[in-house]
Amino acid sequence: MTAQTEVQPQAVSRILRFDRVQRAAHWANAVLFGILMLTALPLYFSGLSTTIGRRVLVENIHVWTGVVLPVPVVISLLGPWGARMRRDLRRINRWTKDEITWLRSLGWNAPRVVDKFNPGQKLNAIFVGGSIVVMLATGFIMKWFRFFPIGWRTGATFVHDVLAFAIFAVVIGHILFAVTHPASLRSMIKGWVTETWAARHAPGWLREETTDPGP
Amino acid sequence: MAATSKDQTGSKAGPSVAVGRRVFLGMAALGAAGIVFGAKVQNALTKTVGSGLAGLIPGGNYFRIYSVSDSLPKISDAEYRLEVSGLVDNPRTYTLDDLKALPPTAFVQNFQCVTGWVVTDVHWEGVKLSDLLDRAGVRKGAVALAFESYDGVDTESLTLDQAHLPDVIVAYRMLGAPVTTEHGGPVRLYVGPMFGYKSLKWLSAIRVVDQVVPGYWEQNGYPVNGWRNGSTGPTES
Repeated sequence: MTAQTEVQPQAVSRILRFDRVQRAAHWANAVLFGILMLTALPLYFSGLSTTIGRRVLVENIHVWTGVVLPVPVVISLLGPWGARMRRDLRRINRWTKDEITWLRSLGWNAPRVVDKFNPGQKLNAIFVGGSIVVMLATGFIMKWFRFFPIGWRTGATFVHDVLAFAIFAVVIGHILFAVTHPASLRSMIKGWVTETWAARHAPGWLREETTDPGP
Repeated sequence: MAATSKDQTGSKAGPSVAVGRRVFLGMAALGAAGIVFGAKVQNALTKTVGSGLAGLIPGGNYFRIYSVSDSLPKISDAEYRLEVSGLVDNPRTYTLDDLKALPPTAFVQNFQCVTGWVVTDVHWEGVKLSDLLDRAGVRKGAVALAFESYDGVDTESLTLDQAHLPDVIVAYRMLGAPVTTEHGGPVRLYVGPMFGYKSLKWLSAIRVVDQVVPGYWEQNGYPVNGWRNGSTGPTES
C-alpha cells in the first residue's frame, strides 16, 4: 500500500473531490444538523430544559430548522449545478460485492479496491439521508399532531427519540473521523485532494478521474 | 480474500448492487413501522423493565419539562397562595396548608401528552376541584372555570361539568412526593381525562366565569376540550 504512494514523488497535482455545490450543501446541512442537535438537548433532558428555559423559543428554532433541513440536499441534487452531486449519489448507492462483504462482516473485511468513497463513508451518507426523512416525518407528526391518531404520535415520539440517539453517535463519529483525517477534511473545505492521497485512499476513483476527465 | 477471481478494475464496471437505496428504504420502512407500532413497543418495554428503568431508555417513559414562560417560577411552600374567586359566594385565598387540611384524594393514572409521549402509572394526590367549588359556592349563571399560573403566561379553562369529574384535582403531591418546581409545584392542576396541556402548572388562581375562555394552548390551536382518545368522557388507564 505505502509503496504505491511512493511511486509518484512528483504528485503535487490536485484532484477535485467536492465541487462548490457539494461543499455548500454539506456545510449548510452540517449547520442545520448542529442547530437541531443543540436545541434537541434542552427539549429532551429535563435538567437542561429547566436551566436554559425559554422552551417556546427553543422549540420554534428546532421545528423550523427541521422544516428547512432537506433544502440544501434537495437543491444541490436538482438543477444543472447538481451533476457531481448526482454522480456521487450514484456512487453511494451502488455497492460492489467486496463492499457488501465489508458490510456483512461489520467492517472487518476491507474491500480491496476503494472507489471514491469507502463503504463506511457511503453508509454514513445513506444514514444521514434516511435520518432526514424519518426525523422529518416523525417531527411533523409531533408538531402537527391533530391529523394523526394518538398511537401514531406516541410511536413518532419513540422513533424520533431513538433515532436522535443514533444520530448523535454517528455525527460524533463522523466529526472524529474528520478531525483525525485532515486531508479528507480539507477536501470538504477547499474541494481538492492530492493525487497521492487519492492513490492511497481511493485508487478506483483516481483511475477513473485520470482516464476519463469528467465535465 | 485473494481467492476470488474478480478483477481489480471491477470497481467501476463490475457488478454492483443498489445497497444505498435498500438501506435508505429500509430506514424509511422501519421509521413507518415505528410510528404505527412504536407505542406498543414502548408499552412492552415499560412492562418488561419497569417504568423506572424504562425512563432511562431513549424514547421511554419519562416527563419532558414544558414551560411557556422564559423560566420556571419558583414559589416556596410558605409563600404559595391559591385564589378562588369570580362567580362564587365565598371567594377565598388558600395557603398550601389550607389545601392539605381538606380531604385528600389520591389515585394512579397515566400522564399523556397530546404530542404523544406518555408516562405510565403516575401517582397523584390533592384536593378534588369539585370540593373547592362546593366550598366556594358557585353562583347561578356560572358556566366555566379560568385557571391562571404563577408563570404569568399560561392559562387554562374547564367547563363546570368537566371540573366535577372525580379525577380532576388540585394536586400538591405527584410521583409519591411533593410536586417539584419542574412539574408545576408546589401546586398544579391535574385533569386526568384530558391531555397534559390541560393540567396547568404553578396554579395561582381559579376564577368562576360565565363563559369558556380558551387558554394559552387553545389560543395556539389546541382543542379546548382536550379529551384523551377523542372520547367525551374520562378514560381510566
